[in-house]
Amino acid sequence: MNMLKLAWRNIVFRPLQSSLSVLLLALGVGLVVILLLLQKQLNQNFDRNLAGVDLILGAKGSPLQMVMSSMYQLDAPTGNLTIEEVKPFLNPRHPLIEEVVPLSMGDNYRGFRIVGATPNLIDWYGGELAVGELYTHNGQAVIGSEVASVSGMKLGDEFTGDHGLMEDDPLHEEHAHGFTLTGILKPSGTVLDQLVLVTNQAYWEMHGEHGEHEEHGEHGEHGEHGEHGEHGEHGEHGEHGEHGEHGEHGGHGGHGGHGGHGGHGGHGEHGEHGEHEGHGEHGEHEEHEEHGGHGEHEEHLAEKGPGGDFSDDRKVYSAQHQGLPNEEHENHHHHDHDHDHHHDHSHHESAKPLTAADLLEEDLSQELTSVLIRYKNEKDYQSLQMGRAINENTDIMAVDPAYQISKVRYQFGQGERVLRILAIVIMIVSALSVFISLFNSLRERHYELALMRGMGAGRNTIFGLIIAEGLLLGLIGFVVGIALGHGVMEILSSRLEDNYGFRFAGFQWLKEEWWLLLGALGVGLIAALLPAIQAADTDIAETLT
Amino acid sequence: MLLTQNLSYQYPNGPSLSFPDLNCKAGSQLLVLGKSGSGKTTLLQLLAGLRRPSSGTVTLADTVISQLSAAEMDAFRGKNLGLVYQQNHFVKALRVGENLELAQQLAGRSIDRNRIHETLHQLDIDHKYDKRPQQLSVGEQQRLSIARAVINEPALILADEPTSALDDDNAKRVLDLLRDRAAAVNAILIIVTHDQRLTAQIEQRIEL
Repeated sequence: MNMLKLAWRNIVFRPLQSSLSVLLLALGVGLVVILLLLQKQLNQNFDRNLAGVDLILGAKGSPLQMVMSSMYQLDAPTGNLTIEEVKPFLNPRHPLIEEVVPLSMGDNYRGFRIVGATPNLIDWYGGELAVGELYTHNGQAVIGSEVASVSGMKLGDEFTGDHGLMEDDPLHEEHAHGFTLTGILKPSGTVLDQLVLVTNQAYWEMHGEHGEHEEHGEHGEHGEHGEHGEHGEHGEHGEHGEHGEHGEHGGHGGHGGHGGHGGHGGHGEHGEHGEHEGHGEHGEHEEHEEHGGHGEHEEHLAEKGPGGDFSDDRKVYSAQHQGLPNEEHENHHHHDHDHDHHHDHSHHESAKPLTAADLLEEDLSQELTSVLIRYKNEKDYQSLQMGRAINENTDIMAVDPAYQISKVRYQFGQGERVLRILAIVIMIVSALSVFISLFNSLRERHYELALMRGMGAGRNTIFGLIIAEGLLLGLIGFVVGIALGHGVMEILSSRLEDNYGFRFAGFQWLKEEWWLLLGALGVGLIAALLPAIQAADTDIAETLT
Repeated sequence: MLLTQNLSYQYPNGPSLSFPDLNCKAGSQLLVLGKSGSGKTTLLQLLAGLRRPSSGTVTLADTVISQLSAAEMDAFRGKNLGLVYQQNHFVKALRVGENLELAQQLAGRSIDRNRIHETLHQLDIDHKYDKRPQQLSVGEQQRLSIARAVINEPALILADEPTSALDDDNAKRVLDLLRDRAAAVNAILIIVTHDQRLTAQIEQRIEL
């Protein structure tokens, strides 16, 4: 019958008071555990998925929405961009940009987003292939670990995507174009786990645009573009109309599409800057003349207005753009002519991984959802200014994801603070409850304690007994609270996973929980201190006789 | 062996009490009689080391207990003293057997369940071993008190009005058991009481 056992028996002997104390303590502890888990895992998720992205380009809209949609796969995209609009940034020779990932979104496979992206996205997120290989052709796909485990797909399996970002999207519409699974990624703890990755080009195919363009070219029918109206995400259908016109003019099929880029704005810039550093640029112009698009150039120039609109940054991009090697343009050229054989197109570079620069050889009127950018030096002044310059001078939006996330964290921090205060209040009340419980029991146990003194227990023993009761209550409250917190989190996690697309681990042990143990024991100790002193001071002579 | 010399106690702002010297051999039994306020409870407290005398000494088992520190006194009390109170108090959260285990533990002994069963058996309450003390009848509680007082084979058993709440039959039975058990462990038994029924039973007595 050591003191700890006696303390335990005393606690169990007054079950109602003890369980009230334990319950209050457990609520406080549980709440803190949930807060810690949420905070930790949200931060982890934010950090992991930040993936070193310095800037996101997208259609104008809510910056946060764009970050959420492009990086966390949480929200709908803000709209689409044409390749032409972001052409300078896709150029591998851009002086400020280290690497880019163009993204295409809008479809899902069983609720998992199908994202068209260059495969370097996987490196950015620190993902690795578990089996298989990267996609190099349209119609090939690599899936994340979560997708693999839910769908049970194996390499070589074929599947088709659905339109819309979610499984039950009202726009639900199955695409005829299927994908063949070429690779499965290892779990990375990032959004990659939840994604189906395909080529950007495949996205256009999937939406039947290419095929239709070809048809339009041949048949001169443009009525089918009306279909696109159904696709909420592909808002800029005006451009499709343009394609059609060009088809009519040129009668070149795919060329028609190409001629229709609004993208000659880029060339317009060249003209404006007037400082033509290389001959490549001239070649480019000539090429476009070949396509009969020159008249268009002039129109665009006129639309764009005076060169004064463009900031220094723009000059940098355009200067960069001028430096495009000629061979690339030849490819470009070549590609245009082969446009009808689009499906074969990717074969001539089948061994190479796809890069953003490859998109420059595509129909520049094709759309992207957004472009993720990593700077060469994110602390560079010009880099820091680039986003602002883009926002001020162009129709596309540039967003710094880290800044947006810090705003979200701040918001979350506000809510968290309220809950933390609540947790502290509950802890204080629980301390009071432990105190009252012990204090009441002392009155009842007055004789008992004196009796123990009579049996040889010293003052320290009595003091220790009461302290032990307080600590035990604290410990039990802690254990119950931890179980409660983790349990609730585990239950919540499946719901949160549905909503946020990433998994909260309910049974993850945090080292902060050791502090919580100390806190709970501290509550027990402080609450027991006064009763313990009083108990030790029991006058046995007066009490017993 | 219990010896007291020139024992007196001065209550703060109260009466000063002095007590006759006592000299009890091991196994002897003594009745201390006195009316309320005569100081018999104070004597008991002085003998139990619950109060420190204003003057004089108490010597038990070759130890001058009036000179022990508070902590030493607690330990000494656990080892050498058995107390039986007027009212029966137990640790309610513990069962009958466990209360005796606690007594052994607090006396600094190891738990000896055989000894507990034996003691309970001699007092005819061994079948209550796993009951809670408050489930016992008053008579059984009294016997449990006696068991607790003798469990550690103390040098001195002090009983404070052990029979005042009992009828004649029960008073006789409790007194017999107390004397019997005290004799069995060769302890000095001092009963402090105003209960005149006991005077016929014990020859050696002092009146305060």
